[in-house]
Amino acid sequence: MTDPVLEIRGLRVDYGLGDAAVHAVRDVDLTLHRGEVLGLAGESGSGKSTLAYGLTRLLPPPGVVSGGQVIYHRDDGPPVDVLALSPAQLRAFRWAETSIVFQGAMNSLNPVHRISTQLLDVIKAHEPRSTAAARRQRARELLRLVGISADRLDGYPHQLSGGMRQRVMIAMALALEPQVVIMDEPTTALDVVMQRQILGQLAELRERLGFAVLFITHDLSLLVEFSDRIAIMYGGRIVEEAPAAQLYRQALHPYTDGLLHSFPALRGPRRELTGIPGSPPDLRAMPDGCAFHPRCPKAFDRCDKELPPLGPPGDGDPGRSVACWLHPAAVPLTR
Amino acid sequence: MRFLLQRTAFYLFTAWAAITLNFFIPRLVPGDPVQSLISRNQGRISADAIQSLRVLFGLDKNENVWQQYLDYWRQLCHGDLGLSFTFFPTPVSTVIGDSLLWTVCLVGITTVVSFLLGTALGVGAGWRRGSWVDGLLPATTFLSSIPYFWLGLVAIAVFTGPGSFFPSSGGYEPGLVPAFDQYFVPSAIKHSVLPAATILVSSMSGWILSMRNMMVTVSSEDYITVAHAKGLPERRVALSYAARNALLPNVSGFALSLGFIVGGTLLVEIVFSYPGLGYQLFQAVGYKDYPLMQGIFLIITISVLVANLLADVAYLLLDPRTRKS
Repeated sequence: MTDPVLEIRGLRVDYGLGDAAVHAVRDVDLTLHRGEVLGLAGESGSGKSTLAYGLTRLLPPPGVVSGGQVIYHRDDGPPVDVLALSPAQLRAFRWAETSIVFQGAMNSLNPVHRISTQLLDVIKAHEPRSTAAARRQRARELLRLVGISADRLDGYPHQLSGGMRQRVMIAMALALEPQVVIMDEPTTALDVVMQRQILGQLAELRERLGFAVLFITHDLSLLVEFSDRIAIMYGGRIVEEAPAAQLYRQALHPYTDGLLHSFPALRGPRRELTGIPGSPPDLRAMPDGCAFHPRCPKAFDRCDKELPPLGPPGDGDPGRSVACWLHPAAVPLTR
Repeated sequence: MRFLLQRTAFYLFTAWAAITLNFFIPRLVPGDPVQSLISRNQGRISADAIQSLRVLFGLDKNENVWQQYLDYWRQLCHGDLGLSFTFFPTPVSTVIGDSLLWTVCLVGITTVVSFLLGTALGVGAGWRRGSWVDGLLPATTFLSSIPYFWLGLVAIAVFTGPGSFFPSSGGYEPGLVPAFDQYFVPSAIKHSVLPAATILVSSMSGWILSMRNMMVTVSSEDYITVAHAKGLPERRVALSYAARNALLPNVSGFALSLGFIVGGTLLVEIVFSYPGLGYQLFQAVGYKDYPLMQGIFLIITISVLVANLLADVAYLLLDPRTRKS
């Protein structure tokens, strides 16, 4: 496995302060390696978007990062803790090292500014010494990269379709050639045809430019196909993490298994669609022990008493990890 | 462009309708100008004079209404609004011209200043929620709900009186001749402080409130988060992304308020006896000075229409979504 580029260690994100705080992300450890696509899946409210906002320090109030570290390994130079950067350092870090493609494809572009203005200002902010002509040339290249003709540069967002707008956002995310691109449900607002086109293009671009992707979605079927590794989040914690193919073939956590049986397979033998009974946990009143146990078909005594640690399963491959008493960790990871 | 032509055509039609109404309304009022002049002079007018007045006002011709209407338009096109009764025999256009300058200077400047100041404060308050500006919000809500003229009355009661620096009425010291010299200008400024402050305080509060609320709404838009994520300087996010978009409703509100410069603060001028158009209209009503009333209504109508057109143009310039390509 290649070097890590982004290490999340024990990240905790709360909404609100003190006793009234809701713990949306709880002690999450996650490592993104150079050039890989790491998928992060889970139901609504599982904390996956909050994780993305937390690690980029974009949380809107009352969200606060209450603990943990986010270590970013620069290409050149020592690793930095993103959560400890000063405002000026953070500004310089943002987009140049880690860019984000947001959920709202439709509203991510400011409607009153031209596409060119919004593409150029980020280059100008980070490379103040570049000439205007060079920036414009770069913007044209970026649009070509995502398959939009360069004369759209002087258009306004409302003149583009939803798919084109999201492609502009992807072009913008690549403007400074960051090492990490976080994608928060980038194709949720698009139809499936457009979704496929954009993901295909993204895979191709990644091949060419070699950035790492943290891909957040509720659509596990998308991840199975598109990502190298998949992490499953439930109730603010990572409950399983494994290479995509392995996870798809043999899910260890009953929640993952439930997710996998929530969509039909396009190829291969027919399976029965089951879904997961019950509803996501209330973050204000989490059950004791494993958060999934009230909905788990395989729950037993231990599940509602002790929290299962995340670690490589004793009875399986050491390249994956799971937090479930059915597969107790051989050597629990720290924390 | 086509949109603008459509709007212009619409406003021209509205102007025509307003001017036509302006023609008919005084004719529906019982009595005629000569009778009101007679009663103003308490009947001490000779029969000959009455006859010549009738000729002067064009009441001797027994024309039908249609002919009068056409005459009215012909006069209007020559800028002839008739003669004022109150300032007989000064033409209405001269009377309006004199008082319009006072109103435009006082209310025009305060409207622009209050918009600029209020918007700037609103941007600050909306961007940094919880700062000291937020502490002013209850006060601004209170002030913006108070009518101008009441605030004016309070100002007169509190700040003026024997020995006070501020005069309670008028536009300049009685006895001075209006001219741009060292006596008249300071006096005019001194007289305008209280009315200006009155208008400023209560109209600025409205701008602060609306701008702050728009800033708060816009701040939660996705493109603001994107702008933050792009690592743009805070100032650029605040001004070019948040304030730029939050400004849109306020700009059209501002353009409309320009239309009310002429007629909107009538009561303030009355309270301070300020020699502007509003005070003139008040007097014209008192003296049944129909030509002057008609003239002032015409000015108010036209300024509101022009302001509407300005609002359309401003929106067209500021919001690309309204431009049809």
